[in-house]
Amino acid sequence: MNAPYAPVLEALTRLRGIRGALVVSGSDGLVVAESLIGGLKGGPLAAVAATLAGRAIELAGRGGFGAPRFLHLQADDGALLVAPAADLLLVAVAGRDVALGLLRLEMLRTAERLR
Amino acid sequence: MTEDIRALSAQYAADPSSLVFLRLGEALRQRGQSDSALKIAVQGLSRYPHLPDAHDLYARILADRQDYAGAFDEWDTTLRLSPHHLGAHKGIGFLYYRAGEPEQALYHLRVAASLDPEDAGVRLAVERVGGGQEIWDTPLPSEPPRDAPQVGTAAPAQWEPFAGLEGSRDRLLLVDQDGLRLGGGLAAPDGRNVSDEAAAMLAGTTREAGRAARMLELGEWSHFTIESAEVSACLLNPTGDTSLLAAMDAGLPAGQLSFFADRAAKAARAWLERVR
Repeated sequence: MNAPYAPVLEALTRLRGIRGALVVSGSDGLVVAESLIGGLKGGPLAAVAATLAGRAIELAGRGGFGAPRFLHLQADDGALLVAPAADLLLVAVAGRDVALGLLRLEMLRTAERLR
Repeated sequence: MTEDIRALSAQYAADPSSLVFLRLGEALRQRGQSDSALKIAVQGLSRYPHLPDAHDLYARILADRQDYAGAFDEWDTTLRLSPHHLGAHKGIGFLYYRAGEPEQALYHLRVAASLDPEDAGVRLAVERVGGGQEIWDTPLPSEPPRDAPQVGTAAPAQWEPFAGLEGSRDRLLLVDQDGLRLGGGLAAPDGRNVSDEAAAMLAGTTREAGRAARMLELGEWSHFTIESAEVSACLLNPTGDTSLLAAMDAGLPAGQLSFFADRAAKAARAWLERVR
């Protein structure tokens, strides 16, 4: 793990139900740092998150929404969460039974520190 | 006319980025093929969002479909891009007259008449709205405030998927799988109509959301929420071949957004069942 980011990622993955957290380069979708649990693979996860975030950022730009600060893809078996932080993306994958409100707050705070 | 449409369609197919879509869309509109005309106009607008004639064409099609509020928005955009656009002044004049606002109607019709003095139809309309021949002796007044006419502007229910829902025209947007707008609309916080620009991105974004959920083995996705500085938006698929965007001011409780989107999705599904 990239040392400067280790504490923030460990703080996130300590939350119940979190399957992994990453810091991703927003421009190329490459992993900067990762803390993953179970079978999650950092590279594909980073690429998927960066592509989806790129789409969302472009849509927000065209719609005049202002800069996105938090993205949340909710699915039956879990959620993908992304907090853009300047050129970086803070990414987390959560399982089904997760306190999303708490995780969202934690990610927004962490993203603020990463800026 | 059939020959014209065939030839224009061939030209358009050979070069979809050319301006022939304007003539093709108008030919289809005049032929009464409103759905085809609408599709061509929206495709053209997605390529030329700042072309006044493209907005004028779209407005005429919307007016034919009795979506008068939508037509007003498009002619208003046309006049912002090109203040002396003859078609837009005629169109907005017609809408004001129809809405029982003769002062605004007369202003735009007189501007249209000054732009094309040979247009007998416009001169007749000016005389009718102005109450007689003497109107030509009166100097053209300054433009009255251009607010959307309020009477009879609502689109008929069969063309409004979100009729009766809050934000039905500026906060809810329904598109098909090609990113073409099916209903609703989206306004940016500064009031700009950004419906078609957002529509062009919406279907691709929901496809990407589905791909992400599959690749990460998260199961079937239900909502994709974008919290932004000024506006938050919730995206979902009301049906397999449509995408919906529901937007709220960023200051409102985040948890309400998915409820709002779900209500809109239910309305969209009911509408799709009716119109298909």
